[in-house]
Amino acid sequence: MRALDRKLLRDLWSMKTQVVSIALVIACGIGGFAATFSTHDSLAWSRERYYDSARFPQVFATVKRAPDSLVPRIRAIPGVSEVDTRVVQDTQLDVPGVVQPIIARLIGYDFLHPSAMNRLTLTAGRWPAPGSRHEAVVNQRFMEARHLALGMDVHVLLNGKRERLRLVGTVLSPEFIYATRGGGLPDDEWFAVMWMDSEQLASAFDMTEAFDSVLLRLAHGASQPAAIAALDRLLDPYGTYGGVGREDQASDKILSQELEQLRVLGTVLPAIFLLVAAFILNVVLHRLVTAQRGEIAALKALGYGDRAIALHYLQFTTVVVLLGVLIGIAVGWWIGLDLTGLYTDFFHFPEFRYRLLPWVVVAGAATALVAGYGGALAAIRGVVRLRAAEALRPPMPTHFRPLLIERLGYARLVSPAQRMVLRNLERKPVRAALTVAGIAGSVAILLSGTFWNDAIEYFMDVQFNKVQRAQVTLGFVEPVPESVRWELAHLPGVEQVEVQRSIPAVLRAGPRSYRTAVTGVQDHPLLQRILDADLKQAAPGPAGLLLTARLAQRLHVVPGDLVSVELLEGRRVRADLRVAGTVRELAGMNAWMGLHDLNRLAGDGPVVSGAGLLVDRAAEGSLLARLKQIPRVAVVIVNRSLLDTFRETNARNLLFFTTVLTVFAATIAIGVVYNNARIQLAERAWELASLRVLGMTRGEVSVLLLGELALEIAAAIPLGFVAGFWLSTLIVKLTQPEVFEIPMVILPDTYLYAGAAVVAAGIVSALIVRHRVDHLDLVAVLKTRE
Amino acid sequence: MAIVFTARNVTKVYRMGEVEVHALRGVDLEVASGELIVLLGASGSGKSTLLNILGGLDTPTSGEVRFEDHVLSTADEAALTRYRREHVGFVFQFYNLIPSLTARENVALVTDIAEHPMAPEEALALVGLAERLDHFPSQLSGGEQQRVAIARAVAKRPQVLLCDEPTGALDYETGKLVLEVITRVNAELGTTAMVITHNAAIAAIADRVLRIANGRIAKVEVNARKLTPAEISW
Repeated sequence: MRALDRKLLRDLWSMKTQVVSIALVIACGIGGFAATFSTHDSLAWSRERYYDSARFPQVFATVKRAPDSLVPRIRAIPGVSEVDTRVVQDTQLDVPGVVQPIIARLIGYDFLHPSAMNRLTLTAGRWPAPGSRHEAVVNQRFMEARHLALGMDVHVLLNGKRERLRLVGTVLSPEFIYATRGGGLPDDEWFAVMWMDSEQLASAFDMTEAFDSVLLRLAHGASQPAAIAALDRLLDPYGTYGGVGREDQASDKILSQELEQLRVLGTVLPAIFLLVAAFILNVVLHRLVTAQRGEIAALKALGYGDRAIALHYLQFTTVVVLLGVLIGIAVGWWIGLDLTGLYTDFFHFPEFRYRLLPWVVVAGAATALVAGYGGALAAIRGVVRLRAAEALRPPMPTHFRPLLIERLGYARLVSPAQRMVLRNLERKPVRAALTVAGIAGSVAILLSGTFWNDAIEYFMDVQFNKVQRAQVTLGFVEPVPESVRWELAHLPGVEQVEVQRSIPAVLRAGPRSYRTAVTGVQDHPLLQRILDADLKQAAPGPAGLLLTARLAQRLHVVPGDLVSVELLEGRRVRADLRVAGTVRELAGMNAWMGLHDLNRLAGDGPVVSGAGLLVDRAAEGSLLARLKQIPRVAVVIVNRSLLDTFRETNARNLLFFTTVLTVFAATIAIGVVYNNARIQLAERAWELASLRVLGMTRGEVSVLLLGELALEIAAAIPLGFVAGFWLSTLIVKLTQPEVFEIPMVILPDTYLYAGAAVVAAGIVSALIVRHRVDHLDLVAVLKTRE
Repeated sequence: MAIVFTARNVTKVYRMGEVEVHALRGVDLEVASGELIVLLGASGSGKSTLLNILGGLDTPTSGEVRFEDHVLSTADEAALTRYRREHVGFVFQFYNLIPSLTARENVALVTDIAEHPMAPEEALALVGLAERLDHFPSQLSGGEQQRVAIARAVAKRPQVLLCDEPTGALDYETGKLVLEVITRVNAELGTTAMVITHNAAIAAIADRVLRIANGRIAKVEVNARKLTPAEISW
């Protein structure tokens, strides 16, 4: 080993605490990067593999009722290679021991000759006997979430008739990797997907030789939009709700959104960590090369060239960075494994393999090295450029000048000790500013990781307590007369009833279109309110549509514009309606109208499709039992149950993210504060030791050293709050889901937590350095030349 | 005898903040191979500047400096680095050892990059430190540290050995020991040596003594009989 390499190793060893603290900051960045991208890769890979092996369709369409005779014409659409048709119906499910009704999606399946596409994977039990009316397989997660045993009997409403079904097996389906009715919330407990004999299901729903769901696989290179357009034209006379590609399929859409979110988080946060690491490296190396001025001069005199010396210090950086990358990859692998564990609770694949791809390691290491070298080069450049003879002379004494406050004549306001602290800050404003920025960064990271809880709680509070105030929401099989409200009002425990009509519709404006539903509401609704982000109530005007602002943006329309509305139910009315207003709702892509206006538009009498109920909690059980007996009620949703399930799963996720980010942020804070304190100590050891010799106590000397850091932390925290708010807003912007808005709400407690965590990190760093101040070797320090 | 250094009308002006310092004001000098030269002068007289320029650590503001057939005065940093690496050994007042390296490793710093170096052990034996090879600078006395520095300087078998106040930080006995090593290297290896000091007594060991004052060579004395370090005292 060359002598210079030995010097490198010994330098590294003598600065090991600093080396490790910098490496840990880098490790956080790389760890976050590796964890998110490995999870991203693993999920994306598992999805691709599952879609391939299960032969997942490319196009999905729903229709009211189309005859089987249409199939050859669908098959003839250019680009279509395979067609599958089936019956899909949502209905009420009654599980023994569960009072609240559960929604079941029943899907017809030919178990004897299964379709070549959209294949099911049996995970337990057996397939139903072909032709059996009373056997079904169910999605695995529902069985797990409900702790049900195979072989048990449940009851479903088949077209209004209560029938027994035996659950004989559990399955996975690529269509339900994320099982949701479309709301976006995970509702494994309240939503079951069941596959039963296709003939039996068809006959139960009077759909013999007909279908209401079409799946297409396209030939390689075929145009998906063209195929969807052709399919829509064919299905149009039969009441289609329009075809969609994979990207709009409910499960795939949510999975894609999650992948995108991982990608954003995995890019933004690690970038901050690496920037901070680059800064600390810069400061530490700057200090190192300044302290080693004499050694550098000697090396130059001995004939070492600039490049060799620069390389020597770059190697120092390389070792620190690679150590950080190594730890980071290990941490990232570990967190990634946990993170994918969390995800497999939501996303269900037959084969899920966690993998950390080489490109993640290489990209992480390369980025970290670039950041590290960026920080190091600036520090090294100055000394390398020094002429050797100049490097031999001690550096010029640092230039001090009176503080601004002193120049203004208020010198007496500050004690000599405070003056030393303030002058030091003033002397190195750039370093002080960067230190403040680094600490503020850790506050910001902490905030950006913990504010989600506030945002989501606020969102939930608005949605479930202010907008959707009904405890129970009903959906009817077919529209029913508005007078149903009086019947509902007489059910046990019902205190208030509010009805509405919702009709699936396509809204078009120029070349843009969006599939949603037009909802007609009573005047002055109390249970299903329309609120904007500031909780101001809005109401649809007498003529025209009230649109969610997001929907208006998507369609590029403003109040006063015309929107072409096609109702996808009944007579399938098409009409041009004026946009009367927009409302910035947190959730949904809604089009609101007055109830009577909508019925008039649809050409119907006074009918409704659903109702919200305000219920006396004590009577809820008997009400739900009663509702199960009413055949016209297809769907019953108990909002509180949804909320509870959501909170339960969400709490676990948030705890995980909060913990990880707190550890990361503390690492940054300690990295910045500790390294700065060590450097201050090294630079001022002589001065501090002199003060000790002059009779100052350890405490007084520590105050001089740590006072500066305390000031920096105090300045950094409010800045960090502002930066954290910006960072959170940026992350929210970059990950904004299509159909709802994450409100930017950060509660005081969250700020307090972030501030306290960083102060705690500062105190820990201060204590470590204080320990060194206490052990300053006065004699040795005074003997050194510096 | 061959001439190693030629300096013609060399000047050097520093800018220290807002002050201009004329360190050298027209120096002419020739140094012959194998000579032992002592530069005497008060602090700030310009002797270190002259030595640094001859050693390729600095360049003059004007005038010409040659080492054999290399022109140093107009050489760039890379050429000067090569010159230092191949031909010059330096010894400083404060030794400038690398504290994280042992005596042997400090010498190896030079032998790693030199063309025909002696072994670090051999160089250390030459300065009487064969027993202290694996000691760190902090474990050595000042005199021992300075002898390591000399070993480090001569290990590459340089043509010139340039010493800036080599005894400045040492006590009397140790200082004499270090001077003995320098004269031995000069005599046994034939290395041209230039030693800066402000201690006039040391001048007696030189072939020639240059008295520097105000950035000029004020006086040149040739010693008819040079003394050994053992014979001098101060």
